[in-house]
Amino acid sequence: MSKPIVATTSLAGCFGCHMSVLDIDDRILKLIDLVEFNKSPIDDIKTFTKQCDIGLIEGGCCNSENVHVLQDFRKNCKILVSVGECAIMGGLPAMRNGIPVEECIQEAYLDGPTVGNNTDKVLPNDEELPMILDRVYPCHEVVKIDYHLPGCPPRADLIWEALVALVTGDEMKLPYEVVKFD
Amino acid sequence: MSIFKKLFGKKSSIGSAVEKKEEVKIEATVDSETKIEEDKEIKHKAMSEKIKFTIDGKECLADKGQNVLDAALDNGVYIPFLCHVRGVKQAGSCRVCNVKVAGRTMTACTTPVAPGMEVENETAELTDLRKAIIEALFVEGNHFCPACEKSGNCELQALAYKFEMMVPRFPYEFPQKAIDADNDKIMIERNRCILCKRCVRSFQDDQGRSYFAFNKRGHELEIKIDQEVAANLTDEKAQEIMDTCPVGALLKKEKGFDEPIGTRKFDKTPIGCDNI
Repeated sequence: MSKPIVATTSLAGCFGCHMSVLDIDDRILKLIDLVEFNKSPIDDIKTFTKQCDIGLIEGGCCNSENVHVLQDFRKNCKILVSVGECAIMGGLPAMRNGIPVEECIQEAYLDGPTVGNNTDKVLPNDEELPMILDRVYPCHEVVKIDYHLPGCPPRADLIWEALVALVTGDEMKLPYEVVKFD
Repeated sequence: MSIFKKLFGKKSSIGSAVEKKEEVKIEATVDSETKIEEDKEIKHKAMSEKIKFTIDGKECLADKGQNVLDAALDNGVYIPFLCHVRGVKQAGSCRVCNVKVAGRTMTACTTPVAPGMEVENETAELTDLRKAIIEALFVEGNHFCPACEKSGNCELQALAYKFEMMVPRFPYEFPQKAIDADNDKIMIERNRCILCKRCVRSFQDDQGRSYFAFNKRGHELEIKIDQEVAANLTDEKAQEIMDTCPVGALLKKEKGFDEPIGTRKFDKTPIGCDNI
């Protein structure tokens, strides 16, 4: 029997959740026995090469590319899991929600204290660049998400337990200390 | 001679004062003795006047006039709540302590115990209702736990843990809220305020004036600090205010994060009777 296939991605996230996946320590060897990885920053496969069973999503949607990737994941994965606060509620990037995009861009590229030598007052406007959304959206407000793992990042034990439960079909153990929002 | 008289006079006046004091003392002891006896009688009466009622079938005793929530806690039964503060007038504003009596849902904090009352507490229906309220509070504000000073000690978060909230069932509102940092000791982070009114009801100065009040109405309702009354807040009072706030809306200034993850109030122990 072929191994279940896992894909992962980081949308508007900081890669902290991916770090937490690696934080399962030596269980990573068991993980390799248990599953096969497809599109993921872990193995650097850029595009889906086959249908996957589980997609782990880190980060919310802050631009058109995030939405595109997320929809691609929904098409190619049987089960999608929102991993971490950003995927679940937008997280830190969502602090811009409520502030008009124009003001955000203005602050980031023209008025901000760390803006250095943008003397020509250029705003990034290349058609190759993804368009920024009006606000940051939690993943489940863009596509159907099957499971949510809270935390910033979710504890490695929580990610491990969830993956094993999904792969083996056993009921997931949720010890109190493992489900935390920070 | 005049000096002697003066001395004598003084002496005599001192003597009479001592006598008077003794008299007063004797009266006082008589008073306190009768008071103790009266207290005993009252206590005895109160003991005999304890009201019997049940929570999920468990037999409980309550004092006359006591509310269901306090009585439950006294009997070791935890009913989840957010806005209630013991000894402070109840508001019934958070609705988390909803219980069911005779088929009707009512807030335990505002309902006095009645003899023979059968209270339903831990039912699937009530748990889901309470969870829904917690989820609604999460989407109504901007509760970004990883960046909150109160995380780990927050009662809203602890209840979300208790009900195993993985994601709210409602869409996020991302409201725009203003932060008020004008006071020297207290900062108001309205993004996290759940409008439970604990601060308004709990804190008054020596003239009975509230430090906090509600401002505006309806969807714009917000908590406001009275700068005049709160001008001379002490550090201790500011800490007490921060500890009373169930969320991270009232913060003591210049404090920040001082407890490592793993040692905070609700890191390892779920919210319940022992660690409210």
